Amino acid sequence: MLLKTLNLQKSFGKTHVLKGISLEVNEGEVIAIIGPSGSGKSTLLRCLTQLERVDKGTIEVDGIQMVGMNGEKAVYADNKILHEIILKVGLVFQNFNLFPNFSVIKNIIHAQVKVLGIEKSLAHKKAMELLEKMNLKEKATSYPCELSGGQQQRVAIARALALNPRILFFDEPTSALDPELTGEILKVIRSLAKEKMTMVIVTHEMAFARDVADRVIFMDDGVIVEEGTPEEVFGNTSNERTKEFLQRFNQN
Amino acid sequence: MTIDNVPLHLLIPDMLEASVEVIKIFFLTIIFSIPLGFIVALARRSRFRIISFPTRIYQLIFRGTPLMLQLFFFMYGPYYIFGFSFNRFTACILAFVINYAAYFGEIFRGGIAAIPKGQYEAAKVLGYTKLQTFLHIILPQVIKHVIPATGNELMTLVKDTSLAQVISVPELFRVATNAGTRYFSSIPIIIAAPFYLIMNSVVEVTFKMIEKKMDYYKN
Repeated sequence: MLLKTLNLQKSFGKTHVLKGISLEVNEGEVIAIIGPSGSGKSTLLRCLTQLERVDKGTIEVDGIQMVGMNGEKAVYADNKILHEIILKVGLVFQNFNLFPNFSVIKNIIHAQVKVLGIEKSLAHKKAMELLEKMNLKEKATSYPCELSGGQQQRVAIARALALNPRILFFDEPTSALDPELTGEILKVIRSLAKEKMTMVIVTHEMAFARDVADRVIFMDDGVIVEEGTPEEVFGNTSNERTKEFLQRFNQN
Repeated sequence: MTIDNVPLHLLIPDMLEASVEVIKIFFLTIIFSIPLGFIVALARRSRFRIISFPTRIYQLIFRGTPLMLQLFFFMYGPYYIFGFSFNRFTACILAFVINYAAYFGEIFRGGIAAIPKGQYEAAKVLGYTKLQTFLHIILPQVIKHVIPATGNELMTLVKDTSLAQVISVPELFRVATNAGTRYFSSIPIIIAAPFYLIMNSVVEVTFKMIEKKMDYYKN
């Protein structure tokens, strides 16, 4: 098991955003997390990638304890272990967050060299391979501002993959894109799924979730309401909340 | 050659020499106040009030009182407080550096605040340390942001050097006013204008060039 969380809880002030999330992700699995806005999907990803701290619960990544419980409070591992864990995960943001001052290729090389200490020529080779895979080889020396949203997002995926993460998280990777550009990102994610990349994808693309995910998780109001295969969740769910959400979605 | 009884062949070399003094004040102020300004900006952003609050008070005092007064303070203040004095030039540089660092602190603080949170988050998830994030990712973007405001400030600095006359630093404006008194003429002061203008033209052109050089990407 690559990721295991137990009873994660997180509040922002008085707003209880995560109300006990228990989740397991196996190697090679693709999980889609769906649910209405404000249901805590993004917060969950942000907690798993150390961008937010949970209040309660445990998180284990690739067998290493990231957060444990001491009585009533969550206790984080020390910084060295947290750094080790962060290198096992990658995150693709809704709005890409490429470094605008770096060229495309440097966006992919830089962390390899500075964070992993990989030799520059090897990092360059790897970056070019990834760009080739993303069909962006000719954009290597461009700057992010010169690329379309879809191209920027593909660079962001390459940047994350360059560090060989065990799990790749996607936080609504197509939400900031024009509808005609979402296809190219979904295609990339599909090809990663074929290569058995472990991925957790927060998405509003229901057809895509149904198609690519091994398991679908429906979240609402800070809890996992339903979890199952795409057929179970989309096909014939017996859960009223899921039904209502999917119906509302189909109307739009 | 004389105009209004002012011997230009004597005055111009004096003013050139005094311009060197202006340039010295200019560069020494830059060298010390810009790094100091960055420290001020970071101190202001500190989540520890014990660091951010005194920094804010320092900035209030040095932005809120005349630079001319601060020059007096660094020239004559230490004698009353500690019983010693800096030499004129040192007092002058101290006043300029501490005054300008207060302003640069605000400019850089604005520049740092303009960097989206996503940049820090992306860097963190990629495993960069905080120092690496600041040096490689944040700082270069901050520099691009603050170039126009910094150029503005440095043009003010060139003109502000004229204030150093109040503690008798032999800079351009003092030489010009002295000559004016000596020859009973306003001509020396009028001649000082193109000197300042030429120096500031260099600053302006330099900053336009830097701006252009940084234009290879957009934020």
